[in-house]
Amino acid sequence: MSLVLKNVSHEVGGQKYLDNVNLTLESGSFNVLLGRTLAGKTTLMRLMAGLEKPTSGQIFMNGHDVTGVAVQKRNVSMVYQQFINYPNLTVRENIASPLRLSKVSENEINKRVNETADMLQISQYLDRLPLELSGGQQQRTSMARALVKDASLILFDEPLVNLDYKLREELRSELRVLFAERKSIAVYATTEANEAMALGGITTLIHEGKILQSGVVNQVYRGPKNIEAAKLFCEPPINLIEGQITLDEVSFFDSVHFPLDEKLKDLPKRKFIFGVKPSHISLVPKNDDDLELPMKVELAEISGSETYLHVYNEQFSLILQLSGVLNYAIETPVNVYLPIHKLFVFDLDGLTIKVPTFDMENL
Amino acid sequence: MAEIHLKSLAHSYLKNPNGDSDYAIREMDHVWEDGGAYALLGPSGCGKSTLLNIISGLLEPSEGQVLFDGIEVNHIPPEDRNIAQVFQFPVIYDSMTVYDNLAFPLRNMKVPEVRVTSRVNEIAEALELTDVLKKKASNLSPDEKQKISMGRGLVRSDVSAILFDEPLTVIDPHLKWKLRRKLKQIHEQFDITMIYVTHDQLEASTFAEKIAVMYGGQIVQFGTPRELFERPNHAFVGYFIGSPGMNLVDVKRSDTGVRFNTTDVPLEPSLKSLLDSLTSSNVKLGIRPEFIHVWEKKTEGAFECSLDYVEDLGTYKILTLNLDEEIIKVRLDEDRAIPNGKIYISFPEQWLKIYVDEYLIEADVTPLNDSSEVKL
Amino acid sequence: MNKTANNRAWFLVLPVFILVAFSAIIPIMTVVNYSVQDIFDQNTAYFVGAEWYREMLRSPRLLDSLIRQFGFSFSILAIEVPLGIAIALMMPSKGRMAAVWLIIVAIPLLIPWNVVGTIWQVFSREDIGLFGWAVNAVGIEYNYASSPFAAWFTVVLMDVWHWTSLIALLCYSGLRAIPEAFYQAARIDRASSWAVFRHIQLPRLKSVLVIGVLLRFMDSFMIYTEPFVLTGGGPGNSTTFLSQELTKMAVGQFDLGPAAAFSLIYYLIVLLVCYVFFTAISQLDKVK
Repeated sequence: MSLVLKNVSHEVGGQKYLDNVNLTLESGSFNVLLGRTLAGKTTLMRLMAGLEKPTSGQIFMNGHDVTGVAVQKRNVSMVYQQFINYPNLTVRENIASPLRLSKVSENEINKRVNETADMLQISQYLDRLPLELSGGQQQRTSMARALVKDASLILFDEPLVNLDYKLREELRSELRVLFAERKSIAVYATTEANEAMALGGITTLIHEGKILQSGVVNQVYRGPKNIEAAKLFCEPPINLIEGQITLDEVSFFDSVHFPLDEKLKDLPKRKFIFGVKPSHISLVPKNDDDLELPMKVELAEISGSETYLHVYNEQFSLILQLSGVLNYAIETPVNVYLPIHKLFVFDLDGLTIKVPTFDMENL
Repeated sequence: MAEIHLKSLAHSYLKNPNGDSDYAIREMDHVWEDGGAYALLGPSGCGKSTLLNIISGLLEPSEGQVLFDGIEVNHIPPEDRNIAQVFQFPVIYDSMTVYDNLAFPLRNMKVPEVRVTSRVNEIAEALELTDVLKKKASNLSPDEKQKISMGRGLVRSDVSAILFDEPLTVIDPHLKWKLRRKLKQIHEQFDITMIYVTHDQLEASTFAEKIAVMYGGQIVQFGTPRELFERPNHAFVGYFIGSPGMNLVDVKRSDTGVRFNTTDVPLEPSLKSLLDSLTSSNVKLGIRPEFIHVWEKKTEGAFECSLDYVEDLGTYKILTLNLDEEIIKVRLDEDRAIPNGKIYISFPEQWLKIYVDEYLIEADVTPLNDSSEVKL
Repeated sequence: MNKTANNRAWFLVLPVFILVAFSAIIPIMTVVNYSVQDIFDQNTAYFVGAEWYREMLRSPRLLDSLIRQFGFSFSILAIEVPLGIAIALMMPSKGRMAAVWLIIVAIPLLIPWNVVGTIWQVFSREDIGLFGWAVNAVGIEYNYASSPFAAWFTVVLMDVWHWTSLIALLCYSGLRAIPEAFYQAARIDRASSWAVFRHIQLPRLKSVLVIGVLLRFMDSFMIYTEPFVLTGGGPGNSTTFLSQELTKMAVGQFDLGPAAAFSLIYYLIVLLVCYVFFTAISQLDKVK
């Protein structure tokens, strides 16, 4: 079962929600759509499902053109942000509902409902009403309803966004296990880069209705094709500094100079935008040729096991991602060390020119 | 400024509660010191919003006292308690401009217009709202609206505490950063007691000097983000803080320490004797994924595990290991190589925690040195 | 929205089309037909074009009725809207008393319209009516059968009694939709009850009030039964509103042609006022 979108565009009331989307989704793949709010993720999923017809372009399922086909005829199920369940039916009846519409025998229905409830760990709630359950359990019921049909295409529209972050972590790993064996295509929309990394699979970056990049998650993460992709798929956002390449060195704002990396020697001598990931900058020099920058602390943000340090100097500011819990008062002077071989280079139009090579063995 | 003291406080929504499960807040004694930035962290349904409403006066506790600077305020309504509250979704007066929204509380108190102007401008500048002061409040984005809600609380000079009830819920993820930073700056600038309710540990840790972790209607630990991370008092704190949370394994006592299945984990002698002196059989071993040491090859004292799964999260990796049928998660930095074949791990003594009846037991307390970086 | 086409839906709607055609479109076409003819009896009718329209638009009797009608509609709106809002604000929002009050407020709406007219006809009589007698006992001269002012007063009072509940119930449901957090925030901001009303409740009642005003305007503009039963249009024609005027013409005098023309004009006036009102409100929203 494959899903192909060809030159799909969608416009409503003069506003373009999707612009020339071309995508191929393979059977058994887990596809994550990563983009900001209103980037077009929901619109794209609605078109895939058949809830709406694209203003132009075609959609093929298994080679057949299904562009005008209504959603009831396509074998699709969808899970939403708000846990949507039939409020007056028990959990069991909720999960059984998609099967009752197709003429499946009662025995078969029971079997599949029990199996699916087991998979999602809600077997003990089968006889309760959805409103008696917690948020996480209601969302699991919605997911069970989507999975029991064994549809060829299952869509998730930011399903975990209304749940506790701990619950989110748990459900994410469960989702991965659930989909490991299936032949159906899963499409999952999210706004968080970390969630996309955790889910794995194929990541598709979507920004203002356009597909920026699509590929295996690691490759997209390490090799963004343009600045927008780099900004989107990095949490905290990638640090960007305008710089100039001269004969044998790079300079930032005339005040910072460092030798030009071997791999960048072939680039034209002009202005570029340099990017460095927050996790690559550190407070101690890791390499002999690390660039030392004296900065001041703007803010230290602490997450359970890491610290995001915001630093600045007169010309630019940086964010560092450090492990451990560190306390720094505002205005404390610190020296930060930039690895000059791990710089991304973008040209002024935003296209990626150079991507630092990483030790690919560990991917 | 106010010191808020919760004395023998408990709350049940039922008229005649009997038993712990009928209470939304089980009996607690807690002091929020003047001028501090605090977070109330816990999963949904743990009672944190109830507690916040009791502090602000929107709810009267069924038992116990709420004291502001030593004076009981149980029966004093919120408008007389000198507190401000920011809700989950922005509460703004649609028909008014941003300026009028911010001026509203002051005008209600009949403050002279001259003072109103200066105060509103000051707060607008602190919140970066100066450009939109003349606009109609209903036309702004959710994060700007939320800033207005905060502004209305800050604009009153008699406010001694501001309470936040999951204020970043409706904000776009990539804008949450900015608001978190803004909140911290506001706290430094204005020196007011701030209590922030959330279920997100990142928000809590960024904002608060000290976090109160709530679970099942009780505050199970009150400490700095670092204390919660390095020395979780309660198994729930270990599980809830950190991404992923602490590894917790049910264990039984053994000759040299504790054991699970066929694996013996030796304990440091004083800890072992303390464990033996207690009778409960609910014993858990806890260690954070960040603190587990991974060896390149077989080593004395290290345990052999098989690798189930690797999650690459860009800046770090999470390895899901199988140690004698127990799942153990380990967190490794981006650059560390994953050994091929079997993996050998050990649990450094200083990070190995033992929980009896969910609470941490410690033989002797080593004071944490604040200036040192946590070595991983 | 480009929804995928589903042709089966058209079949399901067909019965409704047929029903509407019979009960609405065909009678309306009949009226249009009559409006352009001079009808003497069943078999004699002459085409007169727009003659009736011209005559109706110039008729002083009709213009008088029109003015009276507008006066009536505006009077009742001016009283019913604020009164309805006030009642809605006073009704309790939860508990058993809320249900009791809902029933009490809803009662006037359930009474058949001619019964309403009859109730007030008796109630306001100066001899046997409680209200009429009480007013006169206090010293005010009050006789709706002889004084046009008293007749007007009674008709308006009757309509207020009958229909304020509609506005009240609509506003009540609108108020229930306001999240508790707004009231809590207002308390903390130390807002007075008036400020709460002006800045929280009133803005949120707008959409509900638009519906209420529109409904009341249309209904009051077409009112027939209640004033007819109460005053018969008198004394004289001081309380003869448009629909009664129309009925007198069509049924009393059997002037079908003019009556038909008049009906269409009537219909168009209602449509025009509603359109203007609605557009004005939407423009106000857009401007914001």
